[in-house]
Amino acid sequence: MRIRNGLIVLISTALLAACSPEQKQTISVSGSSTIAPLMADIGKRFEERHPGIRVNVQSGGTSRGIQDVRSGLANIGMVSRALKPEEKDLLAYYIAEDGIALIVHDSNPLKDISSQQVVDLYTGQLGDWQALGGQSGSVVKVHKAEGRSTLELFLQYFKLDNGAVRPDLVIGDNQQGIKSVAGNPQAIGYVSIGSAEYEAHQGVPIKLLALDGHAASTATLLDGSYPLSRDLNLVVFGEPDANTQALLAFAQSREVADLVQQHAFVPAPQR
Amino acid sequence: MSRLEHWRGLALALLALLVALAPLSLLLTVFGDGVALLDWAFLSGTPEQAGRSGGIGPIILSTAAVLLLCLAIAVPLGLGTALFLVEQLRPDGRLNLGLQWALDGLGAVPSVVFGLFGHRVFVVELGWGYSLLAGGCTLACMVLPLFIRGCEQALRDCPHSYRQAAAGLAISRFGYLRRILLPFAAPGIAAALVLSAGRALAETAVLLFTAGYVMRWPESVFDSGRTLAVHIYDLAMNVSGGSPASAATALVLLGFALLIQLLAWRLGRRPAAFAR
Amino acid sequence: MSSSTPLFLRHSADRLLRAASLLCALAAAVILLLILLFLTQASWPLLQSPGDLLGAVWQPSKGLYGLQAMLGASLLSSLLALVLAVPCGLLVSIWLIFYAPATVARAYTGLVGLMASIPSVVYGLWGLVVLVPLLNAWVAPGASLLAAGIVLALMILPLLMVQADALLRESARRHLPAALCLGVSRWAAIRRVLLPALWPRLWPSILLQLGRALGETMAVLMVAGNVVQWPGSIFDPVRTLTANIALEMSYASGPHLQALYLSGWLLLVLALLLMGLARLFGSRT
Repeated sequence: MRIRNGLIVLISTALLAACSPEQKQTISVSGSSTIAPLMADIGKRFEERHPGIRVNVQSGGTSRGIQDVRSGLANIGMVSRALKPEEKDLLAYYIAEDGIALIVHDSNPLKDISSQQVVDLYTGQLGDWQALGGQSGSVVKVHKAEGRSTLELFLQYFKLDNGAVRPDLVIGDNQQGIKSVAGNPQAIGYVSIGSAEYEAHQGVPIKLLALDGHAASTATLLDGSYPLSRDLNLVVFGEPDANTQALLAFAQSREVADLVQQHAFVPAPQR
Repeated sequence: MSRLEHWRGLALALLALLVALAPLSLLLTVFGDGVALLDWAFLSGTPEQAGRSGGIGPIILSTAAVLLLCLAIAVPLGLGTALFLVEQLRPDGRLNLGLQWALDGLGAVPSVVFGLFGHRVFVVELGWGYSLLAGGCTLACMVLPLFIRGCEQALRDCPHSYRQAAAGLAISRFGYLRRILLPFAAPGIAAALVLSAGRALAETAVLLFTAGYVMRWPESVFDSGRTLAVHIYDLAMNVSGGSPASAATALVLLGFALLIQLLAWRLGRRPAAFAR
Repeated sequence: MSSSTPLFLRHSADRLLRAASLLCALAAAVILLLILLFLTQASWPLLQSPGDLLGAVWQPSKGLYGLQAMLGASLLSSLLALVLAVPCGLLVSIWLIFYAPATVARAYTGLVGLMASIPSVVYGLWGLVVLVPLLNAWVAPGASLLAAGIVLALMILPLLMVQADALLRESARRHLPAALCLGVSRWAAIRRVLLPALWPRLWPSILLQLGRALGETMAVLMVAGNVVQWPGSIFDPVRTLTANIALEMSYASGPHLQALYLSGWLLLVLALLLMGLARLFGSRT
C-alpha cells in the first residue's frame, strides 16, 4: 500500500517537474528519412561545437520536409533529390551524393547488366534468368513505391513509365529492398549504393551489379564514373537566421566528411 | 480418461506447439542477433553513429515518459468510461450499444492515421511541437478502446449479489464502487493496463509523427524524444548495419514489457476478503 | 445523512460520480468524431468526386487513384487473419485450461503474454527475413496475402487468447459441473455447452481484433508484397490501404496526399459499418 502511494507521489513530482520548457536556441530539421540519420550525427557534432544551441532532427519524408519548411515548423528541410521546378521558392544546399545500384542475390552468377536488359526485365519482356545467362528460374523484380526519389531517378535514367513496369514486389525503404533480395535467390532490385556496399561487406548475401560496364561502388561514385547518382540536399525557405546558416555551412564542410562516409554516402565535392 | 480424450489432448497439444513455433522462432532470432550487445553501457549510454553503436539510455527514458503520460491520461478516462458503461447504462440500451460501436471504430483507426491526427492536433494546432506530451496524448487516444473493453469485462464479472448486499447495508453507490467493486475488479483492470501498456510500447508510426526522432536525453515533457519502437524501426529499416543494435533494443523492449507485467501483477492483487 | 457520515455512505457523491463518468464516456466519443472530422477535411476535394476512386489502377503520377484493389486486400488479409486466429486461439485456450499440465500451461501463458508486447515492427522484420523466404521456397514470391494473414493472425492471437481464457474459465465455472453431472463427456460439454455460452461475449473481442487487423500498418507493409492488384490466389502479393498510406505518405502532396487521407477515411467508415452490422447480427445469435 505504502509502496504504491510512494510510487504515485514520485511519478507525479517527476511529471510536474518536467513541465517547464527549457530556454535554449533550437534549430529544427525535418524531412527525408534517408538523410535523417546522417543529419542527426551532424547535428550532434554541431551541438558539441556550439553549446547552447540544439539541433532537433525529425524524420517524416521529403514531402514533409518541404511542407514543414514552407510552413515554418522547421528551419531546414532534408530533400533526397534535386529540387523540382515548382520548388524554386526554396534554396538548396548540396551536402552529399548517393547512387543507385542494381543488386541480386549472392548465389546469382550474373555480374553485370546492361540498361536494355534492365528495361526488358522490369517491363516483363524478359522473365527468366536463363535469358541473362543464369540458371532457369523466373525473375522476381523488386521495385520501389511511388513518390520515392530513388524510383524517380530509376525511371528517369532508364526512360521507363511507371505504368509499364510489372513488379513482383514493391518495397519502401532501402533496407527492406536489401532484405527482400537477400531472402530470395531469384530476386533483383535497386537500392542506394552505399547501403548495399555496406551490407554486402557485413556478409549479407547480396551483390552489386555493374551497369553498362561501370562497376557500382562508392569509389566509382566519387570519381564520377558510375552514372546513376542523386543529390542529397538541405533546403531553406526565405532568409535563414545566423544559427541556421552556421549549421548549413558546417554540414557542407570537410569537418563532417567522415560522418557522410560512415553513413555510406559520398561527400559533396567542394563546389 | 478415455482413449479418444487422450488423442484429443495430443492433437490440441500439437496445434499449440505449431502455434508457438512462430513466436519462439521470432524470439530466438531477436535474441541471437541482439544479445551480444546487451550490457550496462548499452542501457545507459547515448547513441553514437545514428544508433549503430553506443547505447540507448535517453531512448529508454523517453519511452518511460511517454508511457507514463499515456497511462496517466488513459487510465482515469478509460476507467471512468467503463464505470459509466457498466453502472449507468442498461446493457442493451441504445446509448450503450452506440458507445460500444464508437469504441470499436476507434480501435479500427489505422496507426498511421492516429499519427497524422496526433501531429495535426497536438503538434501543430496546440503548438506543442514534436514532444513527449504530444506522443503520450495520442497514444492515450489509441489505447483507450482496449483499456475500456478490459475494464468493462472486469467490472461486469463482479457478482450481482455483492451489489445487492451493499444496497441492503445502505452503502452509497460511490462507497460500493470504492470498497467493493474496484478492489474486486483490480486484477482485471491491472490485466487491461498491461495489455494497453504493451500496445502503447509497440507503436511506431504514431510516435514518429508526434514525439519525434530526436535521440537526446529529454529534459521536459515538451522535448522531442524517440521511443524504443521508433529506434528499432529506424535502425532496421533506415540505417545500414543497424540490425544488431535493432535486435538488442527489441530485447530491451521485451524486458520492459515483462517488467510492466510483473508490476501490474503485484499492484492488482485482489484483497484476500474476496477469495472464492 | 449528516456531514459526519463517511464519504462512502453518502449519496451526494453518487451524483458527482455519475457526472464524472459521463464526461469520460463523452470524451471517448468526441475523440472518434474529431478523427473523422480531421480525415474528412483532409480529403475533402477528392471526396466530392468519388468516382475517380472506384477504379482498380493506382498510379498517382498519372492522377489515377483507384482504391478498389487495396480495399479488397485490406479486407481479405484481415478476414484471413481472423479465420486463422479465432479457431487456433480457442482450441489452444481449451488445451491450456483442460488438457495441459499446470507448469506447461503457465509457461505457455507467459509466452502468450510476451507475444502481446512484441512491436509490430519486430513481427514485420521476422516476417520479412524468416517467413517470406520460407513461403518463397513453397510458392514464389513469398511476400503475399498469406504472409500478411499469418503475421496479422500472430498479432491478434494473444489478445484473443487472453479474452477466450477468461471467458472459458468463467463459463466452465458456471456450466461445467452441471453438464458433467448429467453424464456428458468433457469434450462434448466444452463443445456443446461452454463454447455456445461464451460466444456472445467473445464476439466483441473478435470485432476489436478485426479492427486491429484492418488498421495494422507496419507488419503488413513488410510482408505483403505491396503490389496493387486483386490477388488471384493467397500466394499473390497485395497492398493494403494502410501499407499504402505508410509507403507513400512521406512523399505525397496535393491530390495524391488527399487520396491517401481518403483511403484512411474509407477504411474507418468501412470498419464502422462492418462492426455495426456484426454487432447487430451478433447480438441475435
